[in-house]
Amino acid sequence: MITVDHISKRYGPVEALKDVSISVPRGELFGLIGPDGAGKTTLFRMVVTLLLADSGTITFDGHDVVSDYRHVRRNVGYMPGTFSLYQDLSVRENLEFFASVFQTTVKKNYDLIADIYGMLEPFADRRAGALSGGMKQKLALCCALIHKPLVLVLDEPTTGVDAVSRREFWEMLKKLKAQGITILVSTPYMDEAALCDRIGLLQDGKLLRSGSPQDITANFDRPLYAAICKEPYPLLLALRKLPELDSVFPFGTALHITAKEQLDLPALHKELARQGFSDVELQPIEPGVEDLFMHLMQ
Amino acid sequence: MKTFRAFIHKEFLHILRDRRTLLVLFGMPVLQIVLFGYAINTEVKEANVAVLDQSRDERSVSLVNALFSANWFRPVETLKSPADIDRVFKAGKAKMVVEIGPDFAKRFAEGRAQIALIADASDPNTAKVVTGYAAQMIAQWSRRFSTEHTVEVLPVEYRMHYNPEMKSVFLFVPGVITVILMLVSAMLTSISIAREKEHGTMEVMLVSPLRPGMIVLGKAVPYLVLSLLNAAFVLVIGLLLFGVPMNGSYLLLLLEGLLFILTSLSLGLLFSTIAKTQQEALMLSLFVLMMPTILLSGFIFPTSSMPWALRAFSNIIPAKHFIIILRGIMLKGNGVAVLWPQTLVLAGMCTVLLGISIKKFNVRLQ
Repeated sequence: MITVDHISKRYGPVEALKDVSISVPRGELFGLIGPDGAGKTTLFRMVVTLLLADSGTITFDGHDVVSDYRHVRRNVGYMPGTFSLYQDLSVRENLEFFASVFQTTVKKNYDLIADIYGMLEPFADRRAGALSGGMKQKLALCCALIHKPLVLVLDEPTTGVDAVSRREFWEMLKKLKAQGITILVSTPYMDEAALCDRIGLLQDGKLLRSGSPQDITANFDRPLYAAICKEPYPLLLALRKLPELDSVFPFGTALHITAKEQLDLPALHKELARQGFSDVELQPIEPGVEDLFMHLMQ
Repeated sequence: MKTFRAFIHKEFLHILRDRRTLLVLFGMPVLQIVLFGYAINTEVKEANVAVLDQSRDERSVSLVNALFSANWFRPVETLKSPADIDRVFKAGKAKMVVEIGPDFAKRFAEGRAQIALIADASDPNTAKVVTGYAAQMIAQWSRRFSTEHTVEVLPVEYRMHYNPEMKSVFLFVPGVITVILMLVSAMLTSISIAREKEHGTMEVMLVSPLRPGMIVLGKAVPYLVLSLLNAAFVLVIGLLLFGVPMNGSYLLLLLEGLLFILTSLSLGLLFSTIAKTQQEALMLSLFVLMMPTILLSGFIFPTSSMPWALRAFSNIIPAKHFIIILRGIMLKGNGVAVLWPQTLVLAGMCTVLLGISIKKFNVRLQ
């Protein structure tokens, strides 16, 4: 459905994208994962015809996005990173306006947005600016869907949205995917990677890896452990001094430890107890996308 | 067409729901016209005038009476010696002193009478106006007796064509209309486009089947309508409240107005292609548009009295030409026969600006 072929782009001295290639088949939910400034927005803007690449080509539904940008614009639903709504218009007015921008009506395509809009309907007369982050996000999604696009391009839709709304949002994306819509989504949250069919890890304009979350984590060839204790920070400093460990990163309340080879856990326990860390719980874990990302970034 | 209607509807909702825009739209014209009509008044009424009459004869008394017969001047003091002149000015008691030398009647008969008009030039505008009035009244008075017996007065006689009473509001109303049109068309348009960029809605609209022309038109038309309404509003206030004459054709006024609005709109569009935020759009409009429009267009300060560099610069300000057109139509009743050069200049500017702004209005983000 979308093929990104050796795309590069620079802004002055900054290389925003370096030779990025991605292929997204029809009906797939593809996630572009990467920290702020990785180049996610730049790539998406090229896909939706807003920016031109310095080199490389992008095709959309078999059409080149530069020469046949009109085809893209008719068939893409785009949600930019900033909330793309009129704050001073009501929920209903926003939806109706975007419907007419895409030369359709709310009625005609109501079935596609019925699920999502159903949650907004009680607030139909409320101004978009007065909605909560999660509601704004749902409305923006409705507006992007109103013309039954072949492809949805969502630039960091869950940034700044609460955890419950984020989960709801991903549920909605799954339903839309089931209706045959190809979805391209970007996010800085690693935990959302597992919800995608396939992901691409983007860092400093370079595509580090791409594939299904399982394939990507399967690539992680080092033994990985989680350590939990009451005072993680002193433990982190102590662990980083140990020569047999590769890296130690804080992950929420735990520490993730990558070792050079399988660790002798009782020995490590003993060593830590000697240094005054008696309450440490150590156990081997399966790597997640974030572990791999941290590993690749080193 | 339905899309276009939705655009207009949306734009009006924006305007009606934004108190600041409403204030600019409707508060500004009223404020400006009241300010310029009442407060910033270059006319002089009932100026305090002192008299130093060293003759006190039949002729001099008659002259002094004539000076105070109209309500331009109010007598404040009769001075006794030339030393008093300095005193009344210092005390701020009088704007002007009329000094009549000795033997006025005799010298008048001989045709060599002299009167000095001494004005307090710390307020040069008032001083000029007041001495001008006085000189005119003295000349009128002397003509009552004989054409030969004139009184030598300096400075020379002032006569204002088309606005004999020098009513400044007559000159300001066309100026205010011009500024309002510029403000509404250029500033509000560029701000409203910049707002769409800030909120990401412009991105969505660009990534839609809409042609760029439609987006531009959807922005321009509502403000064009509002500008016209606003101009009519100011015109009506001017006509009813200040008695500004309207001697020319309303149709010509409307057409020239449309031309100027179109020029301003293209300027606004041009700004919006440069400015990324509302703040930038506002700053650009204020400094690139408002300041020169108010200061250099001949709205307040006549361009003819500017140094040559500024005078040359004023020619590229659209408002300058439109003010000449407006004053021509309203005060002099001029038609196209007289106003075609300015109209041509405006049309040229409009074409160039519109061309640049449409060309610069990109179908992409860069």
